[in-house]
Amino acid sequence: MRTPIAYFLLLSAILFALGSASVLLRRNALRIFMGVELQLNAVNLTLVAFSRMHLELDGQILAFFSMVVAAAEVVVGLAIIVAVFRRTSTTDVDRASVLHG
Amino acid sequence: MDSMPWLTLVIVAPLVGLPVLLLWRSITDEAARWVGLAAALIAFAVSIGMLADFETGEAGFQMVSKHPWVESVGLSWFVGVDGFSIWLVMVTTFMFPIAIAASWKVDYQVRRYMTMALFLETVIIGAFLSLDLLLFFLFFEALLFPMYYIIGVWGSKRRIYAATKFLLYTMFGSAFLLVGILWLYVESGKQLGSATFDLTALEQLDLSTGVGRWLFLAFFIGFAVKVPVWPLHTWLPDAHTEAPTKGSVVLAAILLKTGPYGMLRFNLDLFPEASRYFATAIMVLAVIGIIYGAIVAMMQTDIKRLIAYSSVSHMGLIVLGIFAFSAESMDGAVLQMVNHGLSTGMLFLVFGMLYERTHTREIADLGGIVQITPWLAGAYVIAMLSSIGLPGLNNFVGEFLVLLGTFSVDRVLASIAIMGVILSAVYMLWSYQRTFQGSLKERWGTLPDLSWREGAIVAPIVVAMLWIGLHPAPVLERLRPTSERVSEQVRTVQVGEPVEPLVEASATTGEEAP
Amino acid sequence: MIDLIGLAIAIPLLAAAVNMLFGARLGRWAGWFATAAMAASFAIALGALLDLLALPAEERTQVVDVAHWIGAGAVNVALDLRVDPLSITMAMVVTGVGSLIHLYAIGYMEHDPRPGRFFGYMNLFCAFMLVLVLANDFLLLYLGWEGVGLCSYLLIGFWSDRPEAARAAKKAFITTRVGDVLLMLGLFVMWVHFGSFDFDVVLGHDGSLPEIAAGTATAISLLLLGGAVGKSAQLPLHVWLPDAMAGPTPVSALIHAATMVTAGVYLVVRSHTLFEISEVALTVVAVVGLAGALYAGFSSLGQYDMKRALAYSTMSQLGFMFLAAGLGFYAVAMSLLVAHAFYKALLFLTSGNVMHGLHDEIDVRRLGGLRRDMPWTAALFAAGALALSGLPPFSGFFTKDAILELASHDGEVWAYVLGSLGALVSAWYIARLYFTAFMGDRRYEGHAHEASPLMRAPLVVLAIGALFAGAWLAFTPEGRLATFLEPVVGHVVEGDAGPSTQVLIAISVVLTLAGIAIAWRLYRPRNAERWISFPEREPGMAGALGHAFYIDDLYAWAVGSAGLRGAEGVAWFDRTVIDGAVNGVGRAAVWASGLAPVWQSGKVRRYALTFLAGGAALLLYAAVRV
Repeated sequence: MRTPIAYFLLLSAILFALGSASVLLRRNALRIFMGVELQLNAVNLTLVAFSRMHLELDGQILAFFSMVVAAAEVVVGLAIIVAVFRRTSTTDVDRASVLHG
Repeated sequence: MDSMPWLTLVIVAPLVGLPVLLLWRSITDEAARWVGLAAALIAFAVSIGMLADFETGEAGFQMVSKHPWVESVGLSWFVGVDGFSIWLVMVTTFMFPIAIAASWKVDYQVRRYMTMALFLETVIIGAFLSLDLLLFFLFFEALLFPMYYIIGVWGSKRRIYAATKFLLYTMFGSAFLLVGILWLYVESGKQLGSATFDLTALEQLDLSTGVGRWLFLAFFIGFAVKVPVWPLHTWLPDAHTEAPTKGSVVLAAILLKTGPYGMLRFNLDLFPEASRYFATAIMVLAVIGIIYGAIVAMMQTDIKRLIAYSSVSHMGLIVLGIFAFSAESMDGAVLQMVNHGLSTGMLFLVFGMLYERTHTREIADLGGIVQITPWLAGAYVIAMLSSIGLPGLNNFVGEFLVLLGTFSVDRVLASIAIMGVILSAVYMLWSYQRTFQGSLKERWGTLPDLSWREGAIVAPIVVAMLWIGLHPAPVLERLRPTSERVSEQVRTVQVGEPVEPLVEASATTGEEAP
Repeated sequence: MIDLIGLAIAIPLLAAAVNMLFGARLGRWAGWFATAAMAASFAIALGALLDLLALPAEERTQVVDVAHWIGAGAVNVALDLRVDPLSITMAMVVTGVGSLIHLYAIGYMEHDPRPGRFFGYMNLFCAFMLVLVLANDFLLLYLGWEGVGLCSYLLIGFWSDRPEAARAAKKAFITTRVGDVLLMLGLFVMWVHFGSFDFDVVLGHDGSLPEIAAGTATAISLLLLGGAVGKSAQLPLHVWLPDAMAGPTPVSALIHAATMVTAGVYLVVRSHTLFEISEVALTVVAVVGLAGALYAGFSSLGQYDMKRALAYSTMSQLGFMFLAAGLGFYAVAMSLLVAHAFYKALLFLTSGNVMHGLHDEIDVRRLGGLRRDMPWTAALFAAGALALSGLPPFSGFFTKDAILELASHDGEVWAYVLGSLGALVSAWYIARLYFTAFMGDRRYEGHAHEASPLMRAPLVVLAIGALFAGAWLAFTPEGRLATFLEPVVGHVVEGDAGPSTQVLIAISVVLTLAGIAIAWRLYRPRNAERWISFPEREPGMAGALGHAFYIDDLYAWAVGSAGLRGAEGVAWFDRTVIDGAVNGVGRAAVWASGLAPVWQSGKVRRYALTFLAGGAALLLYAAVRV
């Protein structure tokens, strides 16, 4: 491999950080979701990069698992957001704090 | 007859009413009352049998019965009675039917009320008779639940607050007690080979001075809240005031006695050196309780609260008697446990009867009642006179013995404590004067006087008070051997010495197998 | 009959129970029933007396075993009664005078709706009093002691709808209880030293003295004296007696003149061996008695309520008894006790006649000229007054003045001088009552009807006793009563210091006449205006006398304001500090558990942050540690 693994990891970290920032700093539920997707994809990138480095297929297979889970999660999550939106006409997650202590 | 398991019978006797009460869902209120009363009377009858079988000259435990129960935790059904517990059990079985009979007018969830009462009676008797520490703790804690329930459901306006306070406060104390018990369990495992909760085995443990003192304190806090010892007393006025009549009677007459009983049975037995070490401090607290309780009682405007504070004062005298360590003062203290049960129980009973008529507890609302209900007033007067220690009635004998025994140990404390005698006359007579004497307020135009049922409830107590007051010999002669034994032991045992087992060898052999 | 002495207690006790339980059904017969019980008691006591007299003097101490009372540890108390000259004398007074007062009370209480309760209490009182005087040990004596205190409470407050009666009853009980506590402490010291409460052990018997150091004897004696001071209303525990007059008059006569208040004197006389071993105690007794005698005598002069005046008179006379005992003249003290029982009961009951005939009026300012409407009562009152004043040949002379004579002969100058002053004041105050109430112009409205024969008859008997008992019992200080009591109280050798007996008698008569003369000058019918208006002219002195030098007011302030405020402070402390701490713990627990929900905000982003932070921490940990 010609590109050092570090670059991939750095890119992955940046993507993860951006995704986390989106999760933590956004109030719109859809934007949070996009952030979660970014996080997941960043992790995928990391997995593939390591798989390439060790010349083993485990990472790539795990990346597949991750993508499936991501897809399922998006389905369920969007369904919940739509349901909440129908009830409260808002996508602001801060408003959905009924389950507080 | 000598292998009759009296103690086990006495403990479970009140439970005979439970199947009827619990299973027969559609039982009428009237029938439920009678079932409750019958069960309590059965328990009383069984206890008389136990009393008859009691040997007077013995200092150790009698009618001992020991069966393993939950082996994995070392819990066994180990019960025995001696001079101290015999009379506490008797006063319990005596007062419960009376308390139940006094609740005849309660008409809200009668079935549950009676169930709670019977369960409470069982558990209290069990506490008095247990010689296995864990078993004792079980009973000791178990009595909180029915009491909490009784106060919380059938009590007066601030009942939830009072019941919760009572529960949490006593549990707080018991937490320390549990720690102490567990420590002893572990220690017994190390020293005796097999861990046990057996009181007689634990007495043999060799505890260092420091450990002994800490454990003493742990046990003491648990019991001190129950007594209550000043300054851990503030749950008592609320609990007594807000409880229904039966609850107040049982609480004052019996439940409070588990505290000093625990001190006698466990603190003195297991930690004699520590008992001596802390004795003076505890006696000071007791005397403070006597005087303080009386002074605060004076300022109360609510009669039940006044009686409650008088209980604090009287219990102080009992603790004083226990920690003076003389045979006379211990005799007096245990006798006072019985006496206080009778006299304060009667005060609450008679007041409950008055409350049923007037529906007020405030002194300011009452006045001149003696003119319309002279017999009720007469009953109150007798209870009041007993409470202030008039010779001829029961409290005098106990108070005199305690003060006399204390005087030979510590003159100053006894002289201060005796002021309680004056103060008790002050607050009692003053409250009587403001409520029963004086001019009759118009709103009390006519109230019915003592009915036959109420007279029948009160009469046995009066007879008991006169009997103990004039002829205390039967009670005292059963107490004496045990108190002489315990007082001797506490005063002489040094750290590291084995303690004489209080279980007579002959008593155990007959009762081992079911 | 000596063996049956227990019945003398049992009969009134049973009668009391019957009267209290079935009084409503007995109605008017309750009083007769009670009087019959008292008469039976008297008969038994008389029988015992005669039996005792039949025995030679050395054997006149009989102990009658009744039962076993308390047996605990080393405390072993038997219920034994003691029949000896001292106790039988007291028993005779209690049952004899008591029966007469019961008889009188039948008439006095005829309009009362609850005679059963009244006579029940009266009988109960007599039963307890007999227990007190017949007890063979101090603990049983204490039982009787408290018992009579109880009955006093019940009887003073008998008309409980009157607030002053209820207050007075409570005051009496509590004040005497202070004394009782001292007595109990005395019992404790006694027990610690002797291990017993038995008279034979504590007081020595058959001439031998108990083994006890002077210091301990002083302690016990002073504590016993404390109890006596409370029960006999001496300084400083006297404040309950004048207020106790709120009770029915027969009660005042029986309890607060003839019997209960004399219990203190009895206690001191009974325990005289201890007092003698202690060098100090007897002096204290004498001082207390003398001070009380003078204080009360002057206070009596300031009272316009006849019963209150008589109450202070009782306190004063008791003071003389204590003085006599303190000087060692026990037999004379007892003679005065017996004579006083007669004439004070008489005086009280005649004032009862006045109240009965004038609808409870007893203020001398509103009386006057009563002897016209109530000649019998006036004559009977005069008889009592003559007896009290100390004029020979009546009782007061042979008893009260005998004390002074003995004191003088013993060289006790101060006792003689001050005591004589007290005697003068006694004559003064009692003459005052007669002159203001019975002579002069009528100051009341309407007609006062004389008492019924039923009420007069016992008074006649009392009058005869009042006038002549002194002479009969104590013609000389070594008279009948003294000889009779000698086995118990010892023999008094009369000294010969100071003036001779004849001179002393002369002085005594002169002083008595002087007292009466002063009273005549001040209170004769002509001067009615003057003495009635005395409080306006001299408010200070009238106030001081009327309020008995404000001692009672001082107590009331100390207990009432200061004491109550202190108690309130303690109650506040309990509510706010102790209970506040408990509730505070509860509040703290709630507050603490309120901190946790900060994290449970329900906000997703917060949770996400938590995940992230947690995950990062775990990773960091793993990175560092592994």
